[in-house]
This record gives sequence, structure tokens and C-alpha cells, in this order.
Amino acid sequence: MPLTLFEKIWQRHVVVEEEGELLLHVDRALFHEGSSHAFAKLEQQGRSIARPQQVFAFNDHYVPTTGRDKGVNGIANAEIRNMVIQLQTNATKHGITLFGIDDPRQGILHIVPPEQGITQPGLLICGADSHTATHGAFGCLAFGIGASDMMHVMATQTIWQRSQKTLRINVNGSLGFGVSAKDVILAIIAKIGVAGGTGHVIEYAGSTFRTMSMEGRMTVCNMSIEAGARAGMIAPDETTYAYMQGRPYAPKGAAWDAAMMLWKQLPTDAGACFDREVSMNAADIAPMVTWGTNPEQGGPVTGAVPNPRDIEDEIAAQEAASAIEYQGLTPGMALTDIKVDKVFIGSCTNSRIEDIRAAAEVAKLGRAVIPAWVVPGSQLVKRQAEREGLDKILIAANFEWRDPGCSLCTAINGDQLQPGERCASTSNRNFKGRQGTGGRTHLVSPAMAVAAALKGRLTDVRELMKGA
Amino acid sequence: MTPFTTLTAIAAPIDEPNVDTNQLCPTRFNKVPRGPAYARVLFHDRRFNADGSEKEHLLNVAPFNRAQIIVADRNWGSGSSRESAVYALYEFGIRCVIASSFGDIHANNCYKNGLLPVVLSDAACAALRKQLREHPGSTISVDLAAQTVIDPQGNPHRFDIHSVRKKCLLEGLDDIARTVQYRDQLEAHEVVYRDERPWLYTKNI
Repeated sequence: MPLTLFEKIWQRHVVVEEEGELLLHVDRALFHEGSSHAFAKLEQQGRSIARPQQVFAFNDHYVPTTGRDKGVNGIANAEIRNMVIQLQTNATKHGITLFGIDDPRQGILHIVPPEQGITQPGLLICGADSHTATHGAFGCLAFGIGASDMMHVMATQTIWQRSQKTLRINVNGSLGFGVSAKDVILAIIAKIGVAGGTGHVIEYAGSTFRTMSMEGRMTVCNMSIEAGARAGMIAPDETTYAYMQGRPYAPKGAAWDAAMMLWKQLPTDAGACFDREVSMNAADIAPMVTWGTNPEQGGPVTGAVPNPRDIEDEIAAQEAASAIEYQGLTPGMALTDIKVDKVFIGSCTNSRIEDIRAAAEVAKLGRAVIPAWVVPGSQLVKRQAEREGLDKILIAANFEWRDPGCSLCTAINGDQLQPGERCASTSNRNFKGRQGTGGRTHLVSPAMAVAAALKGRLTDVRELMKGA
Repeated sequence: MTPFTTLTAIAAPIDEPNVDTNQLCPTRFNKVPRGPAYARVLFHDRRFNADGSEKEHLLNVAPFNRAQIIVADRNWGSGSSRESAVYALYEFGIRCVIASSFGDIHANNCYKNGLLPVVLSDAACAALRKQLREHPGSTISVDLAAQTVIDPQGNPHRFDIHSVRKKCLLEGLDDIARTVQYRDQLEAHEVVYRDERPWLYTKNI
């Protein structure tokens, strides 16, 4: 029987089945400072980590993005500092690999494992974070779990799962000028909705993804959770293998050849069935921007804030009205008339080298007129960008070049918006208060974020680049 | 885990789709150790001003401040995987959330903490919320063994739940107790798997 990529990985990891629930073997577990609850449970039950070698910890959510030369002591807030220290203590105590605050490879838990080759095709990866779906870009099954499930993974290196439905999203054709992977995933979410993928694992297929870089694929898979799906994946191909070759944890020599034999069997077989399919044309996708307070409340930058009265579904209309009020917008106003106070380029969605390159390219066209931050996803990304001189371009254009971490995406390291402040952000969530209590978020691509910084309002980056 | 069997309690209607876990537990509270402090965390930024005084919110006023059931809309608990969203619900006193759909990770987190997520149709959820708004303080009964919700007017609504999740909730079982009995199968699986992919187990760098 022809199988999907998801089914092949799923089946290879089944240990036993009990009344339709499956015990799956977990290859890699990833966590961050916020996993304190899982560690607390583990200790409460007097358990230890079953397979420490398969577990990796990352200082990212709580690390500051300035003053890093002072290390952990540079964190002024004791509660935040304690979260960073606690992870270090737990990692040492349980013998797990930590990419700590002072590590030259430090970075976000969805940026570092691919860089290090920890993420590989065919694996089952559980992360203590909903954006674990990012790793699916390598043709592995990766999903986020809560503290109880993470404690179970720690103690047993397995997880109980019920079978998932499959959804294939086909996008074909070339992306237009100024359109990026971020716009593709925002357009997908606008089309299928924030619950469109609930109960499903998404496979992204079609020529648009085949020609996309690994960085772009990671941006797409990253936001699968914003479409309600716990996991999103893309079949491995030559682009995947080229990215992986030579990474520290990637197989070498004869092991590489053996791995390739396995990896090449992973892509979905011809004729395999999906529970649902959705298709889109890349040519129809424009640079996107969200106006509301969930990721489906968005559209092409050429559009306008909707009028709730025009929305048929009563609940959706109420939700739009509430979002418009929170965001301080007026129904019918052009999206490009929205003034912004701040710009954030970063997060596990858009802080890879390609994102920094895209940002620098647009930054050459002017100067930021509002505070604008660039927060690379890892020390490796930061150093690569500096080797390419991208930091100098951004600094010359009045952008702030900061140190790696989750920063203003999750807003718990001290980086946050003030009440009422409006941010054009390359992150993944525009929920009420996500970037700080009372803060307002508009999700965009890195190029669009820079365009907003140069103009002080949401701007169609294509117009800006055409004029160049 | 405290078992969930039956519950008859005041239910609060929340007429809002896509309530994300950032609303249930604003991120800055994630670092709070689990405990009674989480009762105030639930919907914190909607329930409290910066100075700690109460805002106008359904869950701040009687009878809903004693609610143990929430009747919501679609896609309840979307977004972040934070289990602290469940701690906030639980410490407030909520033991059951009825919605037409749930964020997958959040629903799983509910199961693992003795909180029952019940899926009813959009129409049934809307009708329940209407009854609760019209008769504040009326109760809903939930019987997990019978997989039934009885609304304030006495109408039964049947719901589906996976047999294993049902058993774990009814008996208060945690997953590890089930898993350890398969230790031999896991070890056998690992032997074959490691042989197939030895490079995954080279010394960490």
C-alpha cells in the first residue's frame, strides 16, 4: 500500500498499540527554560531521564538580547536569571547536552538543532514548545507537547499518541517579486483558518516548496501550529541533504551513505491517500500582513481592515470587531495606512541567515525611522551575518543588532512592547498581549518588517524595491 | 492525578472562538511553580488591572466565580503548548471545558491533569451558552462513564472520547504506569532501531 511521509515515520516508531493508542519511540527531545514544570514533575516522582544522550536543552526564552558579555550575571531581573540558571542546573544534574547562554552555538531551540545536524529526516522529535513543527522541514515528524507529556518523554523516551489525520497542502509555481516563505504560510493560514489543520499533520508539497531553501521550508513548517496542526512536514530532497552535509551531528562517511539509503525512502509514495487536500497557486500570493489578533486575520498588504458588518458568520464578526478594537484600527482603512511604533525581526519563524539577508537588502534603501530590532536566531547566524557584513548594513540603516534569543516574540526575557505600542513583527503570533500586555502585533515577513521600519507604517515592500 | 467521574457544577459561558493559551495564562506567569497562585492567573490580563484591581469580567463575579465548567466556542486553547494554561484553569476550579473544538496540545494537557475536554457541536455549544446567559448560575452535569452532558434544561448531549483517555481520567491513571509494563518491547525496538541508525547515538559534542 502506498504510504505518506508521515505514515512511514509514524509506523517506524510504534513500540506497541493499546486500544488504538500508540506508544511511540522518541528520537530527540528538545527543551528550554520553560520546561521547569516538567523537571519539577520528574523530581516529584523521583524519576530520572531515561536516555540523556537523546535530550537537548537550550537557553533561549529567558536570555537577554543585550549585555551578553556579562553572561548570566548580566540578567538584572532575579526571576528571569533564575530560569536560565535552573535549566543549567537541571541539565548538569541529569547529564543532558545544554546549549547554554555562554555557548558559541547558543540560540533558539528551533534554530540550533538544524544547524547542528541534530534534526534529521525520518526522526520523531518532541519539543517543549509548540513551534517544534519547524523541524518537519527536514522530513521528520516533530511536534510540541506540554509538561506532563515532556516528563513522560524524559522518563521513558516514548510518548502515547492517537493516530492523526493527514492534510496535504499543495502550492505550485514561482513566488512573485517581494514574496517570501512567510507570506506563503500566512496565506495558507488565511485560507484554511487557525483551526484548519486541527487534528491533522500537514505535508507541504508542490513545486513552490521543492524550490524553496531549507530556511524557507522551516519558516513554513514553523507556523503549522498557527493553522491548528501540531506538525507540518516537507519531504527530504537534494536541498535537505546539501544543507545537512558536514553538520556536527550529521552522519559522516559510510554512515552518511547508510542514512541516505533510509532518507530516500521517506517521501510520500505515488498514489498515497491523504484525508484532505488543499491547493494554492504561488502566483496568487502577495506580501501578507495580519490586522487582527489571531494569525488567520490577515491578508495581502494591498488590502484593507475588514468591516465586521460584512462578515456573515456572527461569531467571526464579533471576533473581528473585538480584534479591531484591541488593535486600535478602523474598519475599511487601508493596511498601508497603519502606523507602527516598533519593528522586530527575529523569532524561530524568521531569524535565520536568509531572513537577515532579506532584511539587509531592503535596509539598504533607507533608514529606520522607528526603533527596529534585529535579533538573530543563533550565535551561528549572528556570526555568519557579520562575516557577510549584514550587521553593518543594518546598523548603518539605524537598526539595532542584538544577541540571539526568543526576545520580543514571546516577551518574557524583559524585551516587550508597552501598552498600546504597535509592532510590525516577523514572529508567529499576534495574540492579544503576546508581545507585552496591551501590545499590538502585525505579522509580516522580514522584508516587509524592514519596509515598515523605513516608512514608519505598514508598507508594500514591492513598491519600495521598485523605486530602488 | 485526581480522577474525573461525574460533576454537577455552575457553568460559565465564554462567547469567543480561538481563545488562545496566552489569554488563559499570559506568558510571564509560566515561570510560577504550580500551585494555588494560578487561580488568579486564569485570564489574568482580562480580569485584572496592572495595579491588581479587578476588571469587569464574567469570571470575577458571582455566580461565575464559582464555575467549575466552561462552555466555550470553537478552537479553545489554541497556540502555545504551555501546560500552565491548564494549571490556571484547574486552580481556578475548572474541571471540564465544553467546546466545539480544541487546540490539540491543550486538549492533551487537559487530559494529563484530570480536566475533561468535551467536544459538542457548534450548535449545541451555542445553545448551552444561551441557556447559561439567560439563567446565570444554572448547572450542567457531566457523566464521563456515560459520556453525557446534561444541560440546564435537562437535555442530554452525548460526547465521544477515546477509550484510553476515558479510562485514565476515570481511574486517575498517569501514562507512565502504563508505559513501564512495555519496557521489554521498548528495549527490543531500540536494539533494532539503533542498529539501523548508529550515527544517532555517537557521543554528544
